Order: sequence, then structure tokens, then C-alpha cells
Amino acid sequence: MTRLQKLILSRLALGIATLFVVSALMFVGIELLPGDLAQQILGQSATPETLAAFRAELGLDQAPHTRYLDWLSGVVQGDLGQSLASGREVTDLLSTRLANTMFLAGYAAVIAVPIAVTLGLLAALWRNSLFDRSANVGALSAISMPEFFVAYLLILVFSIKLGWFPTLARIDTATSLGQALHVTFLPALTLIMVVIAHMMRMTRAAIINVLAAPYIEMARLKGVPRWRVVLRHALPNALAPIINVIALNLAYLIVGVVVVEVVFSYPGLGQLLVDAVASRDFPVVQAVGLFFAGTYILLNVAADILSILSNPRLRHAR
Amino acid sequence: MTQSISFTSPTRRGFLAGTAAAGMALGLSPYRARAAEPQKGGTLRVGFTQGSTSDSLDPATYSNDFMFATSYAVFSTLIEIAPDGSAKPDLAESFEATPDAATWTFRLRDDATFSDGKTVSAQDVVASIRHHMGDQSKSGVKPLLAQIEDIHADGDNVVVFTLAAGNADFPFIFNDYHLTIRQDRGDGTIDPDSRIGTGGYVIESFEPGVRIELARRDDYWKQGAAHFDRVTILKVGDAAARMNALMTGEVDLIDRPDLKTIHMLERSPNIRIHTQDGTLHYTMPMHVTTAPFDDVNVRLALKHAIDREAIVQKVLKGYGTVGNDHPIASSMPFYNADLAQHAYDPDKARHYLGKAGLDSLDVTLHTADAAFNGAVDASVLFSEAAKAAGINVNVTREPDDGYWSNVWLQKPFCTSYWGGRPTPDLMFSAGYAADADWNATKWQNERFNELLLAARAELDSARRTEMYGEMQQLCQTDGGALIPAFGQYVSAMNEKVQMPEQISEMWDLDSQRFIERWWFA
Repeated sequence: MTRLQKLILSRLALGIATLFVVSALMFVGIELLPGDLAQQILGQSATPETLAAFRAELGLDQAPHTRYLDWLSGVVQGDLGQSLASGREVTDLLSTRLANTMFLAGYAAVIAVPIAVTLGLLAALWRNSLFDRSANVGALSAISMPEFFVAYLLILVFSIKLGWFPTLARIDTATSLGQALHVTFLPALTLIMVVIAHMMRMTRAAIINVLAAPYIEMARLKGVPRWRVVLRHALPNALAPIINVIALNLAYLIVGVVVVEVVFSYPGLGQLLVDAVASRDFPVVQAVGLFFAGTYILLNVAADILSILSNPRLRHAR
Repeated sequence: MTQSISFTSPTRRGFLAGTAAAGMALGLSPYRARAAEPQKGGTLRVGFTQGSTSDSLDPATYSNDFMFATSYAVFSTLIEIAPDGSAKPDLAESFEATPDAATWTFRLRDDATFSDGKTVSAQDVVASIRHHMGDQSKSGVKPLLAQIEDIHADGDNVVVFTLAAGNADFPFIFNDYHLTIRQDRGDGTIDPDSRIGTGGYVIESFEPGVRIELARRDDYWKQGAAHFDRVTILKVGDAAARMNALMTGEVDLIDRPDLKTIHMLERSPNIRIHTQDGTLHYTMPMHVTTAPFDDVNVRLALKHAIDREAIVQKVLKGYGTVGNDHPIASSMPFYNADLAQHAYDPDKARHYLGKAGLDSLDVTLHTADAAFNGAVDASVLFSEAAKAAGINVNVTREPDDGYWSNVWLQKPFCTSYWGGRPTPDLMFSAGYAADADWNATKWQNERFNELLLAARAELDSARRTEMYGEMQQLCQTDGGALIPAFGQYVSAMNEKVQMPEQISEMWDLDSQRFIERWWFA
């Protein structure tokens, strides 16, 4: 087994251990919230008898650790259980939402990552030029505005004034890819505007950092053109931080888009999680939470591996 | 109008219905010009505030507008509240009571069918009602049905209810969205997840918390109802998103537009804002068993220290009316119009404080916007206004989560709301009777409770008017609930959406029966 394989395996094992910890923390968190599912669903119409009947039916009258262990034994056997509130299989509930979330994240990432890296490279290449400054000002302004504000601005311009895109991002299984790309364009654009700045600034900073190194000076002295210095000499050595920041932003696109989902009424995982927390539907909260945690872990592992692969010094044991 | 013991077409709200009918005949209604004959066709798209991933079709669990409207469209109830506020037979063809109003016989229509073609039988009704009764039931309507001692089917078409005590308003209970009729599985139970209903629409697809698609049943048994070909309800939780979707034509109808920005919506030429007075009201219940609220003078002082007008104008943005410390809305039967209005009067409040032997008063008001949107603002306004009367209202903000379990009914003074009930009896029994589960004020007025029982079993309309009038007065002067305001239901729709001249005002959107009653121009 090579060093890299060992590293991947150990990281994945650690990841699984992390997931256990995360699930326990989430369970404790839900337990700490005031009220339980029966109270949340019955709301004002709750009486002691209906609450008791509700709890008995769902097993909420069991001790917390019993419920957690029951759930855990199901999960290790691959059974995520049923939603307490609707009785639906959690896997059913998750599958369409998951596909929607991944679609929107993928849509935004496919556009945002190339643009951000290219802008970053160009900004480094033409450092302190008018282009550099305007790219920075633009990206920083976009990230400085809260997502819902960006979203409302986009709706105002593109939906209400111009009428090009719908304000509700409604998609279902019958929606064709073309339609889906059209109705989700505004949410995707909102996300793009929010994530671009971080990646662009990091690309620019990493490249500029490398550009100060002696071997770049050497390359310049021997007459290599500027663009080639940046692409061939600087970029490969600046990849590690760029990959890390891209991974972080991809994770954000998957787990952090609740606000955008609400503004565009997009049926993604974020809404599901908010609903599930509001009704204390713990199997659903756990499943979504574990998926989010898993996303972070996997993307971080991927970023580390790619960083190692991009760095010969780490790739080959000393 | 006299109250007959047996009624196939009830006339309880005779006077109101009569005047409304006169208004219709004279063409006085503002909607007269628009509301032509109902037409069939079109797809109604609705944007609703509420709706949750945790929703299910089990009628015991309905807890939001999304499910209420769905319930009425897909399933039906024994009776419905007619636009004039009376109980109108729906699945039941007629209903009648014994003279003591303690045994009720409901005769079912013989032409009503489920969407799978089966005729509705008395067994189906019994199984559906029993779903909400008994120890195992987790239904929100369970306390209301506790009065039923026995239900049995008498043949295929007749259901007989035996009550613990007489109740002249008993039929009104069956308008409740929980009490929709499903098929008996053969063992006296219903399948709670069944999509087979007796309503005008069938479910084509349902994704809880996202959308439901409904299509009209061609073989719907009810005449002159269910005009839209198809209906889509979308959950659009964000108020701005709902209003945008209406403006761009992606939906035809939205509920609860944001009152702070509603004037922007009004500017749009194709959009109509619709308001209904309704029975929704906001309350501040005080526990009359806890000091200092155990002194009626303290309660009266607080009732005169709140600026109701300011709350209607500033918190409800004018979409409401002032309350008079009893829960009966002016649109409800037996409303007492002769009661003097409680108004903001710091001197009077001081006077009552003096009678209680106090110079000043410190109370804590527990509140959260979970009680109603703007509850915290209303509490702060109250606190400011009360200072002039030497009353220090300390506003404590509670978490929204678990508010109904941990604050309401628990804290001696808090904010709350009632969605309203169709009759005074149902309202008083739910929230003010001595033995009510939700007696939020722990009020135990002997006279009030005597009257409640007497009026419930009384079938003479004039006597009931007198009794309910006195009960409203008792609530106002002795009760523990401070009721500063009644809210209006506000919705917005485009010009295509039409509704009858008179609609049911108990709940929002024709009491959530708009899918079956409204149409497109």
C-alpha cells in the first residue's frame, strides 16, 4: 500500500468516527430544544392526552439514549428509518431533495469555479491594474451583500422588470434539463455571486505570493513571457490553497443555501432540514445532518489528496 | 326567526343571512360587477405561507392552511359552514335533534360517492369520526368530541350521535377540517394515508411542504361546486417571494401578503387585495388564579391601560378591528352589539388600581411572535401605554420554539391567538369553560358556566341571544382574557380569480373552502 492509499484510508476511517460524533451531537442538540415532535405538530391544540397518545405511537416516550441507540442500530444496517412526522421513508424523502440540491450546487459550481479562477489569474497577472481593481471591487461588493438581498435584486431586475426568469424555482421530475436550467438560473446566479469573491481572491493571493519567489524572478530573467510565468511556473505551485478554497466553497454550495432556497422556494435539502428541525423530526434531521457532515469530510479529504498530488515534495516520501 | 328543532336548512343566523340576502338582491355587494356566473375551467395556482415537509394526509395531524385547504378540496365533511354562517348539510342530507338536543341523527345523501366510485355509508362516517376519539387518538379535535358518548350507524344511511349533554350547536363541529370522511376498512377503522375522498378533487401528486397537484373529479356529486379544472398549491414561505410570484403571474392567489409592503402590491393594476373580517383574534390571557390577576380590579385596570387603536394601526397596519375583551366576533351569531367598548383610559385604569388598593403595578407579559405575527411589538406598545396609568408591564420575550407548550397555559400572563370558531358555544367551550383543556385564563365564573350549559341545550333563539349576550358581558368585565384586537384575513389575487358575493368569513379564503367555491373569470 502506498503512502497515499494509507492516508486516504485513515482519513476515511477518521471521517466515519467524526460522523458518529456528529450524529450524537445533533441528537443532543435536538433533545435540548424546547418541545418535541408531538408538541410541535399539535401546537396550540395540544392536550396532555393527545400528547401522550402521539408520543406513545412514535416511541417518543422512550428514554433518549434508547431512541438514539435504536436509530443507530438501524443506520449501521443501512436503514435511515422513517420520518416521525409523516411516516415516509427517510431515503424517499431525501432522494429528490438531494438531487435538487446537487443540481443547483453543480450548476453554480460549473459556472463559478472557472470564472473565479480565471479572474484570479488575470487579476494576479495584471496586478494593480484597472482590471484587477474593478474585479476586486465587484467581487467584494457581491460577497458583502447578504444573499437574500442579492436574490431580491436579481428578482427585481430579471423577473419583475425584464420578465426573463421566473421568481419561483419550481422543478420536479417532469422538468426537462433545459427548463430546469432556465428556472434555476436566478438562484444559481445568486450563489455564483456569493462564492466567486472568495475563490478569486484566494487564487490571486496565492499566485502573487508565489510570484515573489526567486525561481519566478529567474524565469522572468531568462525571458519567459508573463502569462507563461503565471500559468506554468506560478499556478502549479499555488494549487494547494486554491484547491482548498474551492472545496470549501463547493461544500458551502451544498450545505449553506437555505436562504436562497427560501427566497426562490426551491425544494432542496436546506428547507427539508429547517422543516425537520422545526418539527423535531429527528431521523430526518440526522440523515440530512450526516449528509452535510459527510460532504464536508469528503470534500476536505479530496482537497487534501489533490493538494498532495499537486506537490511532488509531498507525493514522494523523503 | 324561530328555531325549529329539526332543520334541514338551518336558520340560525337568520337576521344576518336575511340582510345579506337583501344586499345581494339589491346588488349592493362590491363584487357584484365582477362576480358573474361561475364558469368551469382553468388551473388555479396558489402560493401558501404554511405547509411543511412533516405534513401527512392523516386527518388527525392537520396543522396548517396548506392541509386545511387540501382537506376540504379532496375530502368532504358532514356539514359545511355556509357563507351566511349557518351549518349547511354537505355529506349529510339533513340532521335533527331530539328536543333535549342530546341525540342527533344525521341522514347521509345517497348520491355521494368516493373517488373510487363507492357510495358513502354510515359505517364510513362512524369509522372516520372514531379516528379522532379514544385513548389512542392523537387528533387535535379530540377534546371537542369528548362530549360524544356513543356513535352508531342505523342502517347504511343514518348515523346517530348520543351526547353526554344537550348541544344545540353540535352540527357545527363537523365543519372541522379534521373531521373529513374516509372509507371504513371493514374493521371500523380508516386508512389514515388513503387518498380516496369524497371531495371535488383528486390528488395527482403530493410532495409535503412543496406542492400538491389536484384535478377535478368528473363524477363529483355536488352541483355548482368545483369549478377549476386543476389546482396547484405551492408552499412559498417567504412573503416577498409570494408577492413576487403573484406580480410576475406565476401564481394566481396568495395568502398573507406582507402588510408592511402591501401598498406596493396595490399599485399593480391586475392585482386585487382581499380582506375578510373573520373570527381571528389576538389575546393576552391572565391566570385569574395567580396574584395580582386574581383581583378583578387589576384585570380591569390592565384592560383599560392598553391602547387598542394603536395596536390595530401600528401592529396590524389597519387590517383589523379593536377587540372588546370577549372572543365573539361581530360576524358571529349571537354577537352582543350593546356592550360598551373598552377603550384606552389611563385615569380609569388608575381608578381600578385604587380599588384594588394599589398605587402602581408590576406585571410580566410573556410573549413571542409565535403567538401571532407582531405579538412582541404589540406587547411593547402595551407596555408604553400602560406607563401612563402607573402600570409597569415588563415584556419578556420567549423563544418561538415550544411556545404553546412552555408559555401558553403555563405563564400567568402571555400573548396568544384564537383562529375562531363558528359559534359562541364552540368558542366558549374551547377556551373559557371551567373544564376546558385550553381555559387559558383558568377562569371559573359560576354564572358563566351555568349559562354555557343552559344555552348549549337551549333551542330557542331569542333565549340564546340573551344568554350569550350576558356571557360576553361576563367575559368582558370579569374574565381574564385581554383581547385587544380582531385581525382581518388578507389575501391577494389577480383579476381572473372570482368569488361569490358572500363568502364564509370564519377563516381565511372562504374558510379555506375557496378551491371548491371560487372560479376564474
